[in-house]
Amino acid sequence: MAEIQSYSINFGPQHPAAHGVLRLILEMDGETVVHADPHIGLLHRATEKLAESKPYNQSIGYMDRLDYVSMMCNEHAYVMAIEKLLGVEPPKRAQYIRTMFDEVTRILNHLLWLGAHGLDIGAMTMFLYCFREREDLMDAYEAVSGARMHATYYRPGGVYRDLPNQMPQYKEGKFRKKGKAQRLNKNRQGSLLDFLEDFTQRFPKCVDEYETLLTDNRIWKQRTVDIGVVSPERAIALGFTGPMLRGSGVEWDLRKKQPYAAYDEVSFKIPVGKNGDCYDRYLVRVAELRQSNEIIKQCITWLRANPGPVAVDDHKIIPPARAVMKDKMESLIHHFKLFTEGYVVPPGEVYAAVEQPKGEFGIYLISDGANKPYRVKIRAAGFAHLSAFAEMVKGHMLADVVAMIGTQDIVFGEIDR
Amino acid sequence: MATVADLIIKIEKRLGTAVTCQIINEQLLVDVAISDLLRVAKFLRDDNALRFSQLIDVCGVDFLHYGLSDWATDSSSSEGFSRGVGPGQYVAEEDIDFPARFAVVYQLLSIKYNHRLRLRCFAPGDTPRVPSVVDLWPAANWYEREAFDLYGILFDGHPDLRRLLTDYGFVGHPFRKDFPLIGEVEMRFDATEQRVVYEPVSIKPRTLVPKVIKHVGHNE
Repeated sequence: MAEIQSYSINFGPQHPAAHGVLRLILEMDGETVVHADPHIGLLHRATEKLAESKPYNQSIGYMDRLDYVSMMCNEHAYVMAIEKLLGVEPPKRAQYIRTMFDEVTRILNHLLWLGAHGLDIGAMTMFLYCFREREDLMDAYEAVSGARMHATYYRPGGVYRDLPNQMPQYKEGKFRKKGKAQRLNKNRQGSLLDFLEDFTQRFPKCVDEYETLLTDNRIWKQRTVDIGVVSPERAIALGFTGPMLRGSGVEWDLRKKQPYAAYDEVSFKIPVGKNGDCYDRYLVRVAELRQSNEIIKQCITWLRANPGPVAVDDHKIIPPARAVMKDKMESLIHHFKLFTEGYVVPPGEVYAAVEQPKGEFGIYLISDGANKPYRVKIRAAGFAHLSAFAEMVKGHMLADVVAMIGTQDIVFGEIDR
Repeated sequence: MATVADLIIKIEKRLGTAVTCQIINEQLLVDVAISDLLRVAKFLRDDNALRFSQLIDVCGVDFLHYGLSDWATDSSSSEGFSRGVGPGQYVAEEDIDFPARFAVVYQLLSIKYNHRLRLRCFAPGDTPRVPSVVDLWPAANWYEREAFDLYGILFDGHPDLRRLLTDYGFVGHPFRKDFPLIGEVEMRFDATEQRVVYEPVSIKPRTLVPKVIKHVGHNE
């Protein structure tokens, strides 16, 4: 019998399990991966260079489009960097709103991850379950910013506007009978906070549902336990952050260790794994879903009790109200200058990082005193994770490649930038 | 979290004149010469009082247009937008001297002591060369490939310095400040040749919002 030589196969860039446009050149020995060479950059849009050509505020929307499943967390890092350079401190209510929406975003991200990861390795139902809950949170996004995904809600100095007092409601029509509209509107009678509170009460039950399907599931465990084991030392050396690092047992979370926004005033725990395999990373993320839910609850209570401004009262960086603008000359000038030229940021440089659902998302900003950033460097968590992909996947079977892509929670918007 | 000042004392005590420390916006920036880079980096990683075990980020910076604005005058005039000097032309606001055009910036994190540090290394020349830190932090691998791809910075000792983000067969280093925002080539499918062809760009660069530099107090 002829001896079988190792051979190369091409995986992607258009593959449903590649979570975007990942091209992998896999060198195989039978079904075992000997070497993997990820080719990235197929979604490269030069976001950093684009940001260098525009006034600061015009790039906030680009941040949503980096990691397009954790939109507001990306904005958070960017506006934090600008605020540090400007020396501006947003009001407390804005900090709480940001904290709340960061956690809403974390749930959104982890739900998409859980659904897609489940789908990749054979748990179809997860996808449907997770998207059911995502829908409610998307509605919260829409109610507050007008957009379901790319919100551009955070602004340097605060947030775009206060939380709405009324949730938008479903209307009856040709395709939606009166009874159905009423049923859908049942939890939309009050404000956005009421709507979110209703969600936080329902959500722990939903997480239980996910766990009954997966946590003790024999097939799920066969696909994830002891797959892609990373030791804590190696995870640190490879630049892992977020659940990838915590799954290996390193208790590191920027929300606790280097608190920003209102994270030092809410209580929550950092879930950590033990073995550093795909299964532990799954458990960490599911535990984070529960923790995020608790944080949202605390934020809702605080926001109910403490009305107030949601942005600094400085019209050099925050536009004046439209009504005022129509009959005050100075407001008109402020508005005009802000939207044509933008604001000037003092020279200097800063690195601001947030604990985004995937890990540390950082913005390194250099200003030369102009109305545009001189250099913006986006530090994406997924980039460091994917760079270690070859090492993680070595010696595993071809089918585990898909489990590994899933466990890294890869989104190409942020890796290719 | 120890203060930045404590950190400076620790570093200066051990490294002396090899580094220049400064605090910018409450964050520590350490400048190091190319010849000292590997020694300093290894020290920062291994020293018991520092333990910068994690390399968070590596990026290139091009200082070619630093402090240059494309707004010709400070005073208002009746000429409106025409005061702009035009795309690709710049006016120096003041003379700012950097040791070199390119720099490589490393963001370090110490998980043990909860410190951050930014290490900056200026690299002279048009094709700058910097020693690679892959052997110290494996995380540097792709970051250095990215900096090579986008800025043309060469990392000596890197095991696999290929382009990472740009297209196969791309020419140039797109994040250099003298590389146009619209790029050099455009791509289309040619129906007669039945293949994708590359041609010089047909659009013209334009500045939507001119870059304006104002000095402290001007915003007030």
